[in-house]
Amino acid sequence: MSATAAEIATLVGGGHASAEEIARTTFARIRRCDGRIGAYLRLDEEGALRSAREVDARVRLGERPVLAGVPIALKDAIVTRGVETTCASKILRGWIPPYDAAVVERLRAAGAVITGKANMDEFAMGSSNENSAYGPVRNPWDLERTPGGSSGGSAAAVAAELCAAALGSDTGGSIRQPAAMCGVVGLKPTYGRVSRRGLVAFASSLDQIGPLAHTVEDAALLLEAVAGHDERDSTSAARPVEPYRDSCRGDLRGLRIGVPREFFVAGMDSEVEAAVRAAIEVLGRLGGEIVDLSLPHTPHAVAAYYLICTAEASANLARYDGVRFGHRARGAQDLLEMYQRTRGEGFGPEVKRRIMLGTYALSAGYYEAYYGKAQKVRTLICRDFEEAFRSCDVLATPTSPTAAFRLGERLDDPLQMHLADVFTISVNLAGLPGISLPCGATGAGLPIGLQIIAPAFAEQTMLRAAWAYEQSTDWHLRRPPEWTA
Amino acid sequence: MALPVDEVLRIARLAHLRLDAAEAERMGTHLARILDYVAMLDDADVSSVEGTTHAIGLVCPLREDRVHPSLSSSEASRGAPHSEEDLFAVPRFVG
Repeated sequence: MSATAAEIATLVGGGHASAEEIARTTFARIRRCDGRIGAYLRLDEEGALRSAREVDARVRLGERPVLAGVPIALKDAIVTRGVETTCASKILRGWIPPYDAAVVERLRAAGAVITGKANMDEFAMGSSNENSAYGPVRNPWDLERTPGGSSGGSAAAVAAELCAAALGSDTGGSIRQPAAMCGVVGLKPTYGRVSRRGLVAFASSLDQIGPLAHTVEDAALLLEAVAGHDERDSTSAARPVEPYRDSCRGDLRGLRIGVPREFFVAGMDSEVEAAVRAAIEVLGRLGGEIVDLSLPHTPHAVAAYYLICTAEASANLARYDGVRFGHRARGAQDLLEMYQRTRGEGFGPEVKRRIMLGTYALSAGYYEAYYGKAQKVRTLICRDFEEAFRSCDVLATPTSPTAAFRLGERLDDPLQMHLADVFTISVNLAGLPGISLPCGATGAGLPIGLQIIAPAFAEQTMLRAAWAYEQSTDWHLRRPPEWTA
Repeated sequence: MALPVDEVLRIARLAHLRLDAAEAERMGTHLARILDYVAMLDDADVSSVEGTTHAIGLVCPLREDRVHPSLSSSEASRGAPHSEEDLFAVPRFVG
């Protein structure tokens, strides 16, 4: 499975390789390796082989689907008809969705082969994948470390080549941060670029589905396949999908690359800072004009995010009451007791904490002081970006202040865990697209990520910058040694 | 300083969450730390700022009503922990 998604699609689409054979090879590798990583919560080998055979038949009839035969893992927050979807929560254990998410419909139409459901932090709440009710994911680069989160299973599956690419979801950095920590590419599209129908909701004004892959071109290929308007998601943007893959060419002449001062903070890991500064120099050598600038409200982003995402989550997660799906507590005497016990038993500690904080922030007497204030600070953060994009075309920053941290290291400190997302959160608050790509390694060999941020719906510019950087370096070719071959 | 346990339990009731005594105590400590942290928002001058609910200017889209196939009631209730005759069954809550 050393081929990229683009290479697999070309081989299968051209009739030079069989989707079924590729799927069988992928499952053999998963069986060999995933016992030690835990990237998947469940596999759908039967369904994958069936759809692989259908893809082979379509190719024989002269079709050339853009993702022909590409094995793709889905974060377990994305619903799949007939395949258990739990969001890594006990409260959804055993739930078999009666429909496919919009992105799943689009992937299938494009000829992708869905391998299974990737592990994650429960309800996408976390930055280390340790909040999964079904056990943590281990980072393929160092099994004692986390893969990041919340799309930790998706990132680890790509890094260990247990799929060619994956979909994750990103509310405050949940695609980009694990991508950085696992040494892969992770792309969070503009809010509204990809339909959220069938994405289990966490914070609806922030959530967005996006790809994780080995190369920028693969991320562009997947984005092109899943993006587009969907009238079943009222927040989906009615704009045509651009040819993202075509953005993967050219140099950076004429491109202004902003470097925000606030993203190089005291206390950040010195190896991360050095790698990202070196990457920015490369962007300059490729023709980019480096612009020093400020996003002054960045220090407030984590606090604003903390209140907004928990407020939205407390409303979204009200639906888990033991009535229509999932777990129900036994022996309750009345309806209210049933709700309370069902939710007390079904949710893990971090989900409870966020529901509690959100409920508090929205409750009478506190609404304006917390939620209302956070929404206003969100406006200031959006304005910072608007101002910055007057003097640059994209921003270049670190994705995360550190490389992958050790399992257990931050579990007792929810605030410290949130600070892992300090460089990604403001992008969600402003609804912008962001991509993380490998740009270095620590002395211990752990991957480091470079984040490139663009104005809303300027994915093409973002991909052009990311691709040019990738072509001039070989960080994206590194693989975790233990899993090679 | 931790949030008092009775305040934690008041919020838990609003959130329909049962917490045991140890959970409520731990929750009080964690929530207080987080509330201390988010108090930094008071430093931001928002006196002439409107709040943002959605970053990308969205208008609520409308379309014509039309009839199209949807889930049957048996499909919709299949995932329920307890259903009877394709209806969701819950404990008695009136008389």
